[in-house]
Amino acid sequence: MGYFLQQLINGLTLGMIYGLIAIGYTMVYGIIGMINFAHGEIFMIGAFLSIITFLALGLVGVGWVPLALLIVLVATMLLTSVYGWALERVAYRPLRNSPRLAALITAIGMSIFLQNYVQLLQGARNKPLQPVVTGGMRFLEGGEFAVSFSFLQMLIILLTLGLMAGFTLLINRTAFGRAQRACQQDLGMSALVGIDVDRTISLTFVTGASLAAVAGLMFLLNYGVIDFYIGFLAGVKAFTAAVLGGIGSVPGAMLGGLLIGLIEAFWSAYFSVEYKDVAAFAILVLVLIFRPTGLLGKPDVEKV
Amino acid sequence: MHTSGVRGPFDLPGALKDAGLVAGIVVLLTLGLVGFRVQDISSGPALVTRFDDVAAAAVLAFAGRLGIALLRAQRPLPVLVAALACAIGLTLVLSHSALAESSGLAQQILPFASPVVNWTIALAAWVLGARAAWLLWHAASPLDAQAREAREARMDRLGARVQDWARYVGPLLLGIAVVLPFLPWIDRRLLDIAILVVTYIMLGWGLNIVVGLAGLLDLGYVAFYAVGAYSYALLALHFDLGFWICLPFAGIMAAFAGILLGFPVLRLRGDYLAIVTLGFGEIVRIILLNWYTFTKGPDGLSGVPRPTFFGLPFSANPPEGEASFHSFFGLEYSPLDRIVFLYYLILGLALLTNLFTLRIRKLPVGRAWEALREDEIACRSLGVHPRNTKLTAFAIGAMFGGFGGSFFATRQGFISPESFTFIESAIILAIVVLGGMGSQIGIVFAAILLIGLPEVFRELNQYRMLAFGLAMVAIMVWRPRGLLAHREPTVRLSGAPRSAAAPAQETRA
Repeated sequence: MGYFLQQLINGLTLGMIYGLIAIGYTMVYGIIGMINFAHGEIFMIGAFLSIITFLALGLVGVGWVPLALLIVLVATMLLTSVYGWALERVAYRPLRNSPRLAALITAIGMSIFLQNYVQLLQGARNKPLQPVVTGGMRFLEGGEFAVSFSFLQMLIILLTLGLMAGFTLLINRTAFGRAQRACQQDLGMSALVGIDVDRTISLTFVTGASLAAVAGLMFLLNYGVIDFYIGFLAGVKAFTAAVLGGIGSVPGAMLGGLLIGLIEAFWSAYFSVEYKDVAAFAILVLVLIFRPTGLLGKPDVEKV
Repeated sequence: MHTSGVRGPFDLPGALKDAGLVAGIVVLLTLGLVGFRVQDISSGPALVTRFDDVAAAAVLAFAGRLGIALLRAQRPLPVLVAALACAIGLTLVLSHSALAESSGLAQQILPFASPVVNWTIALAAWVLGARAAWLLWHAASPLDAQAREAREARMDRLGARVQDWARYVGPLLLGIAVVLPFLPWIDRRLLDIAILVVTYIMLGWGLNIVVGLAGLLDLGYVAFYAVGAYSYALLALHFDLGFWICLPFAGIMAAFAGILLGFPVLRLRGDYLAIVTLGFGEIVRIILLNWYTFTKGPDGLSGVPRPTFFGLPFSANPPEGEASFHSFFGLEYSPLDRIVFLYYLILGLALLTNLFTLRIRKLPVGRAWEALREDEIACRSLGVHPRNTKLTAFAIGAMFGGFGGSFFATRQGFISPESFTFIESAIILAIVVLGGMGSQIGIVFAAILLIGLPEVFRELNQYRMLAFGLAMVAIMVWRPRGLLAHREPTVRLSGAPRSAAAPAQETRA
């Protein structure tokens, strides 16, 4: 029981990180119908900017942890979203009316470029960071397995829930959200009714990138070590999560992320750690075979 | 298009504002990752600042953007002067770097510490200067939309012409490829690069069956390459079988892997298929990495036997009583013999792939692939079974991947899961797409461009993949349908005219 509970907590924490990245995939796919393959690298850049901001704050002498966290969060979201914006502007906008394969190749090219850009600038070795948030609560001390629920895990879960609430408000209540939903339905029609489509798509990339930046920060805090290659696997898993939840659907992405995180945690706990990535991909294949639209996706009707 | 040479009014404040905006964005982009570097020292990570690089990047972005704005507004003279001054200055300092460094001049003039980046900037300045000079001469902007369309049309025509010439260019390239090992200036290193390029050409042609003909986006092609390589290595190590017996086996194994994967997933469309194949590629790699008793995991398999020339090994000292290649033919022993043989081996395999593709396009199954790519619903209503047809394409593409894999194993003599990462799949797919999907000759050019050039410039080691990624983006933005994109119908109604211009017209819309 204790062991199970522990895996549940670990899985939820992991799932929150995947879910935040998955939202970026699902929004971009929903609006321009392409796999933004470089989104994983945006997440990685977010993690790197976080560690740099942490160290810079250490130099300046900001020692109070909540304040440091807040500054890092804001700075990382801001700087990473510039990368998201530039990515769309440079690599995707010129190709908007081109064959979809072209956009996918550009995305892969951008992914390779960004990985090597970071490797070149920051070096190939992993970057460790001392734990910033320490301590936690322990349950079931008397049982055979004590469950620990660290403050960091609480922070990750609460922060993600807060961001999700804010994000839902953004999509449902604001002018940008309305424009975003309209563009998801029909780009051409949205342009006809006076929506600035270019701006909406740019903002979509900016929001996706800032959420991925938060995920990068959480990844850094959770694992304490990052390298330039973390974006690939996390990106692929987050995309799996987006497909699992039904691509194009934002709640679906969050749900898919949670499921992938839980599956990974339980699989590594009860079966084998080595094959945890296989589990995620196997689930993806099974979902696509039996429910190709994902859990919360709308069936897409093919017209002749 | 020469009408655009009229000088419009130039909005200087607007251009300055725009350039300032670009410089600001560059500052935001570079501030974190360029401005700071996380250094590992014994007491933990520490930061090193490099704000001068950020400033240099911003100034350069400002100047470049302003220069382009001036060119767009038909004012090439100031750009020409400034760009040439920069270019000549940088080139002089860079080419006499030893002298300049001793006098302390280099630190003051050069924008960055890395010579490669400095050379790139010098090159950009030269290009900008050349553009400006060209403008002064021709009085027509190369940057406006009209010129862009004209360039697109020109490249389309070129693509069509190259396709048309393929029957002459093909044999010519083939001739060069056949005599390549005997050219006087070919040494071991160049031959190794040639082998690598031809390997990728073969893989590109193999993947082209799946992506170009059948229109199935496969991001996990490297899995079949890996299956082929491990099939050969394991068969050879455990059962002591030779390369030529294992080659078909490796192909069959890879084809089976293709069927195994394809059977459940081939009814998915487009991007979903792409991501599932990507997942499959990763699954294969993870299994190879973790199934230690079977594959030796990350240690890899070493001692994979080298290929033999009809049973004659390429070794200096063959075992007692057996002939080796050089002693059998009474030649002087040369270590290059084996490399030349490997070169012809992969060339033969590549040509086999090409011939197969060219011929199968004329068969019903090949026609069904191309028809499926164009319209699946129409195919279904005409009685083509989509899944089985796709499955054949997948299996055959996988088979050629398997052949390529066993060649890789026998060339390297050592294989490990590290050779079969996603990046390989991405490179092969990039070759197919950049060459212009479905174009056999385009793949040759793309492979030479993407594999050959970076190999020749190996000194740029750490910048190689950076430039590779950038080149992928640049080529796609420049030519979204591939370098030599041009599709001739494989089958035509009798009496239909052969038009070179029509497809270009229709696809530009």
